[in-house]
Amino acid sequence: MEVPILKQGAVLIATFQAALSDADLNQLRMGLVQQVVKFRSRAVIVDVTAMDVMDSFASRTLREIAHMIRLRGAETVIVGIQPEVAFAMVQLGLTLEGVATALDLEEGLAYLNEKFKTTN
Amino acid sequence: MAKRDGTSEPSELLRELVAHLRQNRTQLREEWVVRISETRLLTAMTKEEIFAEATSVYDSYVEALETEAFEALQAYARNLSERIIPRGVETHEVVGIVLLLRDVLARSLFAKYQNDFKKLNRILDAYEPAANRIANTVAVGFVQERERVIRQQQEAIRELSTPVLQVRERLLILPIIGVIDPQRARQLTEQLLRGIRTNRAKVVVIDITGVAAMDVTVANHLVQTVEASRLLGATVIVTGLSPEIAQTLVTIGVDLGKMNTVGDLQGGIEQAEKLLGYKVATPVER
Repeated sequence: MEVPILKQGAVLIATFQAALSDADLNQLRMGLVQQVVKFRSRAVIVDVTAMDVMDSFASRTLREIAHMIRLRGAETVIVGIQPEVAFAMVQLGLTLEGVATALDLEEGLAYLNEKFKTTN
Repeated sequence: MAKRDGTSEPSELLRELVAHLRQNRTQLREEWVVRISETRLLTAMTKEEIFAEATSVYDSYVEALETEAFEALQAYARNLSERIIPRGVETHEVVGIVLLLRDVLARSLFAKYQNDFKKLNRILDAYEPAANRIANTVAVGFVQERERVIRQQQEAIRELSTPVLQVRERLLILPIIGVIDPQRARQLTEQLLRGIRTNRAKVVVIDITGVAAMDVTVANHLVQTVEASRLLGATVIVTGLSPEIAQTLVTIGVDLGKMNTVGDLQGGIEQAEKLLGYKVATPVER
C-alpha cells in the first residue's frame, strides 16, 4: 500500500498505515526526497501513529529519510511513535539520533511553526 | 537406612526409639528448653512461650519419627514460622533449636544404650537420617515462609511504587525512591512513557535523589528510558544523581549529549520551566 504524501503549506506530511512492506518504505523514501525539493518544502512530518510494531528496516528507513531530507535542505519530524514501540526501538539501538521527534501531528506542526518563527 | 546386620528392621528400631522418647517426654523436653535458654536462642520469646512451643515441637518431632510422614511436620513448621517470624525470630535460631533437640535426644539414646554398643549403632542408624530429615524439613519450611513474606512485601512495595505526577501543563515529575531492580525499572519506564502520552508532556524530570545506587543493567535501562522518551517528543531531565550512580553511568560510558542532568530536583524543575517558556517571578521583582 502506497503512503500518500500531503502538502500543507511549507510542510509535507506522510502518514504511515499499519502494515507497510519494505518496497512501500523505499517508495515513500524516494517520493519524499523528490517532492521536498519539487514543492520547495521546508520540512517533512512522518506520522507513525498507526504503527504498533516497528522493525529494524522501518526505523532504519526513517532515519535515512530524515538524513536525506536534511541533505536536500529541509527538516524532518517523526511524530506519533507509540510508547511500546519507542522502548523496543531503543532496546534495538535504534534511537533516531539527530532526528526531531514529537508526540503527534499537532505537536510536530507546533514545533515546526516555532522553529520557522525563530529562523525567519 | 542401614540394615547392616539384619537382626532387626529399622522400622522396629524406630518404634523402640519412639517409645523411649514418649516415656521420657517430660524430662527430655525440660532438658531441651534448658539448653535453648542456655544457648540464648529465641530471645524474642518468653520462657512460657518457649516451653509451649517446645512441647508442640517435641510432639510433632516424635510423631514425624514414628510415622515418617513429613507432611504434617511441614504444615506445622509453616504454621510455627508464620507465628514466630513477625516476632523477629531468625533462621539460625530455628535451625539451632531443632539441632539442639536432635542432640538432646541423641544423648539420651547414648545414655540408654551405653552398655550395648551394637544396638546403639543400629538405633543411631535408624535415628540419624530421620532426625536430619526433620531438621531439614523444619529449616526449609521456615525459610520458605520467610521468602513468602519477603515476596509479599516486595509486591507491596511495587504497588506503592512510583507515581508519575504532573506539576504543570506538559511537565511531569517521576520521583524514584528505593532500590530499583530490573523488573521495577521496566515498570517505571512503561508508566512514564504512557504518562507522557496521556498528559502530552514535553518535559519530564526524573528525580533519583532517593536511589542510593543502581547496577549497570538498571543504569542502562535509565539511559534507554531517556532515549525512548525523546522518541515520544519529550525531553528528560535527570536530577539528584548520587556520586555512586554518576560513577556507574561514567563506567558504562553514557553519551552525555543525550542525558540532561541537573543537581537537585529544584534545579531540574527550574530548567524544565525554562524549556517550557515559564518565567517565575520572585515577589521582589514584582
